[in-house]
Amino acid sequence: MQYQPKIEPLFSKLGWVGLIGFALLTLLVVPSLYLMAPDGSSFQISSYTVTLVGKIMCYCIVAVAMNLIWGYAGILSLGQGLFFALGGYSFGMYLMRQIGRDGQYQSNLPDFMVFLDWKEYPLHWIGTDSFLWAIVLVVLVPGILAFIFGYFAFRSRIKGVYFSIITQALTFAFMLLFFRNETGFGGNNGFTDFKRILGYSITDPSMRAVLFGLSAFFLLFVLVLSRILIKSKVGRILTAVRDSESRLMFCGYDPIRYKLFVWTLSAVICGIAGALYVPQVGIINPSEMSPANSIEIAVWVAVGGRGTIVGPIIGAAAVNGAKSFFTQAFPEYWLFFLGLLFIFVTLCLPFGIVGLLSKLKRKFIKSKTES
Amino acid sequence: MFKNKRNVLLLILSCFVLAFPVIGKALDRADISGLASDTAMERLRAIEKIAAIGDPDALRLLEALQNSEVMITDAGQIVLENEEWDVIDAITLEVLDPQPDMYDTVIVNNRMRSQLDSAIGVLQLLSEDREIRLTSAKSLQDNLLPSLLSILNKALAKETDQEIIRILKESQSVILLNAADKQQRMEAVNYLMSSSERRVRELLAAKLERNEFGVYTEESAEVRVAIESAVAAIDRKLTFIDYFGRLFSGLSLGSILLLAAMGLAITYGLLGVINLAHGEMMMIGAYATYVTQQLFVSYLPNYFDLYVLAAIPIAFLCSAVIGVILERTVIRWLYGRPLETLLATWGISLFLIQSVRQIFGAQNVEVSNPNWLSGGVEVWNVVMPFNRIAIIVFAVLVLIGIWLLISQTRLGLFIRSVTQNRSMAACVGVNTAKIDMLAFGLGSGIAGLAGVALSQIGNVGPDLGQAYIIDSFMVVVLGGVGQLAGTVYAALGLGAFSKLIEPGVGAVLTKIIILVFIIAVIQKRPQGLFALKGRFVED
Repeated sequence: MQYQPKIEPLFSKLGWVGLIGFALLTLLVVPSLYLMAPDGSSFQISSYTVTLVGKIMCYCIVAVAMNLIWGYAGILSLGQGLFFALGGYSFGMYLMRQIGRDGQYQSNLPDFMVFLDWKEYPLHWIGTDSFLWAIVLVVLVPGILAFIFGYFAFRSRIKGVYFSIITQALTFAFMLLFFRNETGFGGNNGFTDFKRILGYSITDPSMRAVLFGLSAFFLLFVLVLSRILIKSKVGRILTAVRDSESRLMFCGYDPIRYKLFVWTLSAVICGIAGALYVPQVGIINPSEMSPANSIEIAVWVAVGGRGTIVGPIIGAAAVNGAKSFFTQAFPEYWLFFLGLLFIFVTLCLPFGIVGLLSKLKRKFIKSKTES
Repeated sequence: MFKNKRNVLLLILSCFVLAFPVIGKALDRADISGLASDTAMERLRAIEKIAAIGDPDALRLLEALQNSEVMITDAGQIVLENEEWDVIDAITLEVLDPQPDMYDTVIVNNRMRSQLDSAIGVLQLLSEDREIRLTSAKSLQDNLLPSLLSILNKALAKETDQEIIRILKESQSVILLNAADKQQRMEAVNYLMSSSERRVRELLAAKLERNEFGVYTEESAEVRVAIESAVAAIDRKLTFIDYFGRLFSGLSLGSILLLAAMGLAITYGLLGVINLAHGEMMMIGAYATYVTQQLFVSYLPNYFDLYVLAAIPIAFLCSAVIGVILERTVIRWLYGRPLETLLATWGISLFLIQSVRQIFGAQNVEVSNPNWLSGGVEVWNVVMPFNRIAIIVFAVLVLIGIWLLISQTRLGLFIRSVTQNRSMAACVGVNTAKIDMLAFGLGSGIAGLAGVALSQIGNVGPDLGQAYIIDSFMVVVLGGVGQLAGTVYAALGLGAFSKLIEPGVGAVLTKIIILVFIIAVIQKRPQGLFALKGRFVED
């Protein structure tokens, strides 16, 4: 990697324009059009579109978090899907409590507990009827798990593919655990049939707009945060961890705490993304934790360009857009496409779409100066 | 009238018995006259009487009754029909002369039918056919009534087969546990001590309980002491059998993991490449077995039993060729970038899964065991299926083969040298690119062999590889790379460990415990348990 010159602005001019433009679009234009455009007008935005874009923005948040650890610190985690799902489940517990007595069995307990013939909430459900506690859980559950796991993994200097494989095994083990009914998270079916948040109906357009806006806001927040982090001294050290960890240690740094910090931060961001995702799609089940999902997150980042600012967002949006298109138009070819995408990107586009664009730009400028 | 061979056989048999009159009370007309009665009660009693006689004649008559082949003439005589449709007497089997004009089937209602079933079950203890006696003896174990004692004694007196004698003696002793005579009870307990059946243990333990008045079910203190030691003895034996069974399934799982992980260890050790498509190489091996099976069914049906043997080289070649193609086209361009290789091989695995789905369909295909792999052998009450035993043997053979290849051949020498120090090997003239290709092909081929093994014990479907891939990675991570021995110990260790704790804690918790265990191990030995010792620094 090249040595970077002294002080750079946080974002380039174009970057600021893009950020503000995106903020205006997602926080003002789309919600107001969605809520106020009259029926039949060409500006009308359907609930489907709002939910789809909201969902993809949650994926983008995950991609930014993945980029933090993989693109900058060189740690390929195949467990981000697990933290995403854990955040989703944490908030899902609150959503289940909000159903109240409106479930199929008109019981105080969620339907799946009635079905299992449980008489009261199990221990780990204590306090989940409080919105604040749910928010705390969304942050703490992925955070603590990542911290403990990361502490032991980094301490024994597990890195590279070893780390990837171990995180994949962790994700797999958790998926099996959540598939069990005894775990108390609805087993196979997970959580669904949500009714309301803080007493407001979850299907209400204004609620959808709020969730959409929150996702957009958090995406912007994470983007700026990661940029600040990368520009700071910590960010420099993380890049050094990626490029030559041994040399960094010989210089007297202890890479463990930096790795642990960024790994935990990334897990927490994924957890929050999961919590925003669940009320928008209305369901969370253990298949979110399948190892395949976590690997897919890595490919979003690879497609967009890892180690770049907007790359992960472009990648996540492009791959998920393609997924929505393919699974509707040619469902049987989606896996072919995804598989070939994995191979193509790693072979031909090591720096992703963004890398390709900047290469083209450099060539363009070069040919201009030469002529 | 004779619907199956067995009835004919029984008829011949009973003629034989008639020629040499049996000792004891034979079937007579008074016993069976009740069958002609109009009331069901009378008919039931007649069945009881016939059953009590307990000789092959009685059995034959009861079986005829069960098949609704027993008739009554107008005169109230009980008759049967012979092969020529002549009416014959039910006892003497002589053709009636003159033949009666009218006769009616004896009506058998449901209650009679169940009574017939149990009576026939008991009488089959006296059958000439060993298999029938064995089944009968086994089925009686579930429902031992005191009234069975006499027939058990009778059967024991003429039984010669050791296995049946053991079962009968056990049943006899169980009945005698309730005998009035203390000595008899004592003997029964002493005999049952040698049993290894959970059922017998429960029966004995029940004798030690007190009823609601605080009185022991077994009144004699002496017998109670004997029962206590018998229960303890059976418990010891049951624990042993239980652990033996767990050890066997652990060994079986371990050998499967070994087959799956060996190829992985070679490619990872040599190339530093995590091949996430390794599971799909196994899947291809399993599908190659399926195709071979189908070819044998169509072209060589007489040699069907040998298809598995033919599938071994075919599966190896299929997977190896695909592996070499992948190495040439994709993986060699990614050396030195292990994380990207991981993603690219995942892409390959998705691609292969979907291709197989397109060709063979998303449903599982049926691969059947050849005759010599079906069934099993019972050792100490643990059934060991032949296919599992064959896989253990197969894993050992493959292991020996790889060991010979790695340690004795020139290719093996090169593979070892490149694994230990790539640049030095290249400097002395080893064509490392070619070795990489061959080693990747070898690793994939071994995965194909694992696929042949898996096809014999489980479902063959496009997702076959996914189920084993994470476990076999755990084996490689635990065992370390560079030594075959590490993989062997890790595979067998993980297999045995997970099967030992699985009955206690459940499959999911087992997986989590193993994960925690592996992470704990890598704390101490970051390169795996059996890594090559040496001084080196990464980067």
